[in-house]
Amino acid sequence: MLEIRNLHAEVDGKPILKGIHLKLAAGETHAIMGPNGSGKSTLSQVIAGREDYTVTQGEIIYNGRNILELSVEERAREGIFIAFQYPTAIPGVNNMQFLRTAVNAIRKHRGEKELNSGDFLKEARYAMQQLDMNPEFIKRAVNDGFSGGEKKKNEILQMYMLKPRLVILDETDSGLDIDALQDVSRAVNQFRSPERSFLVVTHYQRLLDYIKPDHIHVLFDGRIVKSGGPELALELEQSGYDEIKAAAVL
Amino acid sequence: MEQVLEKLNTDYEHGFITAVEQEVFPKGLNEDIIRMISRRKNEPDFMLTWRLKAFAAWQQMKEPDWAKINYPRIDYQNISYFAAPKKKIESLDDLDPEIRATFEKLGIPLKEQEVLAGVKGAPVAVDAVFDSVSVGTTFKKTLADLGIIFCSFSEAVQEHPELVEKYLGSVVPVRDNYFSALNSAVFSDGSFCYIPKGVRCPMELSTYFRINASGTGQFERTLIIADDDSYVSYLEGCTAPSRDENQLHAAVVELIAHENAFIKYSTVQNWYPGNKDGVGGVYNFVTKRGLCKGNNSRISWTQVETGSAITWKYPSCVLKGDNSIGEFYSVAVTNNHQQADTGTKMIHLGRNTKSTIVSKGISAGKSSNAYRGLVRISGKAEGARNHSQCDSLLIGSRCSAHTFPYIEVKNNSAVVEHEATTSKVSEEQLFYLRQRGLSEEEAVSLVVSGFCKEVFLELPMEFAVEAQKLLQVSLEGSVG
Repeated sequence: MLEIRNLHAEVDGKPILKGIHLKLAAGETHAIMGPNGSGKSTLSQVIAGREDYTVTQGEIIYNGRNILELSVEERAREGIFIAFQYPTAIPGVNNMQFLRTAVNAIRKHRGEKELNSGDFLKEARYAMQQLDMNPEFIKRAVNDGFSGGEKKKNEILQMYMLKPRLVILDETDSGLDIDALQDVSRAVNQFRSPERSFLVVTHYQRLLDYIKPDHIHVLFDGRIVKSGGPELALELEQSGYDEIKAAAVL
Repeated sequence: MEQVLEKLNTDYEHGFITAVEQEVFPKGLNEDIIRMISRRKNEPDFMLTWRLKAFAAWQQMKEPDWAKINYPRIDYQNISYFAAPKKKIESLDDLDPEIRATFEKLGIPLKEQEVLAGVKGAPVAVDAVFDSVSVGTTFKKTLADLGIIFCSFSEAVQEHPELVEKYLGSVVPVRDNYFSALNSAVFSDGSFCYIPKGVRCPMELSTYFRINASGTGQFERTLIIADDDSYVSYLEGCTAPSRDENQLHAAVVELIAHENAFIKYSTVQNWYPGNKDGVGGVYNFVTKRGLCKGNNSRISWTQVETGSAITWKYPSCVLKGDNSIGEFYSVAVTNNHQQADTGTKMIHLGRNTKSTIVSKGISAGKSSNAYRGLVRISGKAEGARNHSQCDSLLIGSRCSAHTFPYIEVKNNSAVVEHEATTSKVSEEQLFYLRQRGLSEEEAVSLVVSGFCKEVFLELPMEFAVEAQKLLQVSLEGSVG
């Protein structure tokens, strides 16, 4: 599904990613953990193609194709989705109008018919129910005046509607209370399938109790310094990142 | 972002020229020309006297220079003040096929069974003005059955001179300003509308203005009178061919609302804005004013301004009747080298008068977009209220937005509120939307449509869709 080879990226001339290697097979869920400033969010945005970052070396192979040449929207239409840590508000644009525009842009790319408003609403209502969202949400302006938890749920609603193949959850657990965390995790787990892969970027073990990863990678100073199974999260939870930082300095 | 801005520079789709035989007056402006116009239109004496009075006033006036716009001096002697298709038109069936084709191309129906392009539902009565003359008005019979007069201005002068004499210049006097004085001297046609007492006009009335001839100015006059307890919704649209020269358009619109009457006036202005390097385009100097004459009357202006190289326009309300209401909803878009200085005036004279101003300015490219508004509460306007909201949206970093609110309050009981915001279409918003599969242009257009939403909600539904599309086209290649 996704293979990252020796990825180096910088912003304003400052190197952030310094040689990332990562392999994610279809159906797998990997977690990326690491302290603040280690490059976790940069990695998500570089995979999505944000132009503020310059890739200086390496490749990102997605479904057998190097996607570095593709624009943000082309990658999105190919099935790459980020659930953002800080989703942006679009005042005056209602969620439904926005979601339908997005769903249809992606369907068009896949050569599918536009979704009519009846089918669209039916699907959206079902997803919102799963996420324990108030149906009125669909009429509100995108992320405008939403609470932190509402924004995160709205991201997962979009994931559900857009049906991506590679989902990056960027600190989705931050700002969620335990109920919301459970709603979100349940929806994500339901969405997991042998064709879909997840990259879960998180600070804490907490989210991984609900969304169980197959592998965990620890990112520090722009490199993956340690990889392992789910047990690695527990180790980190106990010992913190200090050991890793110390090891990296050596 | 820069690339999006580049892409926003799309072509102006109404830029074609119609090949039609025209009668054009010699260039220049003097009393003889004014007499020629008046004679050509077979006008009664009061009209000629009025025109000459306006001309005399104009000659003593100075072109205003206070607006935030820059343009080379206009040579008023190098413009022709009258252009008309040669073929005489007795009815819509006689219309020159070239002109009919022009309006068809623009999506304006000149047959009554047709509806506006892309618009479903209710029919719209249309008065089509081609250069200096009205070439046809639809649904006249249906409207006449209700006592509604909807015709070209020339026809009104012939058929209803008493109404014209009574109301012409009653809201915008000949000496009002430089451009309205010029218009009063030379205007050649426009639309006239009278809604009798107690009648609710059952369809949208619409005038469509098209400049075609080269080297001419367009000076039209619109006069709408809503008698007691009546209602009318009126829409004007306008386009012009793409030419390298600058064409002058100086119109005057006067609205009169009697007791309990409501006039809703919507404009979708899409004059040729010039090319992306700022060559050509229409100079649009327009005076629009409504008088809420009777108690409980209401006038609402909604405008979507996307065209013209220069826009100088302040649709205003004089709130004379007690409890009268004035409203102004505006979206003004400037791209490339366009300059707009637009806003409104709300003059509160009567008691308990209320006004609302919602202005949305969008600047892109290297354009300049200014809101200029006056709220004046006179000493007698007990209990007057105003709420103004002026928002500016910047796309890219080479454009500018300015807000010039003027507030004059002479009555202590007044409540006047002014809010203003300036924001940018942010990289975060664009990235977010593109990450969901939208192209950069779709993303910009979505952000902009959200920004304009409050104003679009005021447009008659049929035209909201058109306005939205127009906005998208105007901003294509403008994101930057």
